[in-house]
Amino acid sequence: MLSTLLRLSDASVQLGKVTALQHVSLSVRRGEFIALVGANGSGKTTLLRLLHGLIDGNGARRVGEPAPVQAMVFQRPFMLNLTVWNNLRLALWLARARVPRAEAPARALEALQRVGLVESRDRPARVLSGGEQQRFALARAWAVRPDLLLLDEPTANLDPSAKKEVEALLLGFAAEGITLVMSTHNLGQAKRLATRVVYLDRGEVRLDLPTAQFFGPSADERARLFLKGELPWTLE
Amino acid sequence: MNEFAQSARSALDLIVHADATLVRTVTLSLVVSGTACLFAAGFGLLGGAWLAVARFPGLRAALLLLNTLLALPSVVVGLVVYLLLSRSGPLGSWGILFTPTAMVIAQTILVVPVVAALARQVVADGLRDGGDPLRSLGAGPLLAALLMLLHERWAVVTILLTAFGRAIAEVGAVMIVGGNIEGVTRVMTTTIALETSKGDLPLALALGLVLLAVVGLLNIAIGLVQRSRYASVVVHPR
Repeated sequence: MLSTLLRLSDASVQLGKVTALQHVSLSVRRGEFIALVGANGSGKTTLLRLLHGLIDGNGARRVGEPAPVQAMVFQRPFMLNLTVWNNLRLALWLARARVPRAEAPARALEALQRVGLVESRDRPARVLSGGEQQRFALARAWAVRPDLLLLDEPTANLDPSAKKEVEALLLGFAAEGITLVMSTHNLGQAKRLATRVVYLDRGEVRLDLPTAQFFGPSADERARLFLKGELPWTLE
Repeated sequence: MNEFAQSARSALDLIVHADATLVRTVTLSLVVSGTACLFAAGFGLLGGAWLAVARFPGLRAALLLLNTLLALPSVVVGLVVYLLLSRSGPLGSWGILFTPTAMVIAQTILVVPVVAALARQVVADGLRDGGDPLRSLGAGPLLAALLMLLHERWAVVTILLTAFGRAIAEVGAVMIVGGNIEGVTRVMTTTIALETSKGDLPLALALGLVLLAVVGLLNIAIGLVQRSRYASVVVHPR
């Protein structure tokens, strides 16, 4: 039985007048790679932000014991107007409760090596290409040795080659035992990477199934229509 | 036209020969306004960053007040500081009225709202994109706001330049609290006003030219600094 890192019970989130999530119950267990899928506005990003503790919702959010170290990678990576190296050192300084000061330089270097950006350490982070920025964001998240890594459409806006590099890194992280929860519009990617797929529709979790089952015949009509729209060849 | 040309020639003479009165007046102006801007940077940047992330009842009213203070008349600041520092005022015992210190205080009060309001806006705009990522990395709200000031440091430099421009060009506050005492509290703007009323146009014009040159040089310096905007900023972990 996999240990639970995070659990939401009957969680709802109201953003202004919009109900972004309603009555969501979800457990994230150690070692899983969960893909959150659903149309735009279905609540994927809100669910990730709720899981990460960036927003509060109604209902219960319980973290496992000991509390998992979390990191999040956003769709548009945000980097301070500093060099790659200083952005990384700053991130490790912010995580100083978990990263001993003496270890920080080695960790930063290791993280850059992990994503192949050592050569770019002295470049301004904001002039990196889209793919490099996303790899850097992954390095920054990985440097704090997270138990749980949340990813908000990490390959949106990337070309196929950069997408492939990011996917390879994610599979590497999963192989290291990092639990991943990723939102994506790319169902092919969900099928390739995830062990479990959660389908959201209008703020509700409609399906929560192992990947193989999700892409098989589905009982949920909306999910079927969603799959049909995205992957028509699978249902014909 | 002839009189203007003659005055301009005399003014250039004063500048070229580094006239002692001119140099003393320019130096005092730079010291007073520069010091005021340093204090304003401390209070204004911190206050602006805090206001960008603070949540308390009355925040809207506080922001409205801050934005109103952007147009604070310098003579009103001068009057208030004068009343505070005059012998019968609550801070009269300090004995600093008609000194450069009083002028620094007045100019600081004048430009703090400028720095705070503009810094708040810069931070609030930046946090729209960077707020969640910085919080995700472990920064609390105030630290995230301060990091945003580092991130937007070129905008901050522009804000401080704006504040310096407001300080060095104002005349009302320094005239009231400084008293325009020759060799002690006489700065460029008060000298220009005085010499013009006396009909000594060359010195007034020379100071006007220097005032323009100071602002021009500052702009050039900022431009040069911004060229190296991607130069590394060393982060010292504790």
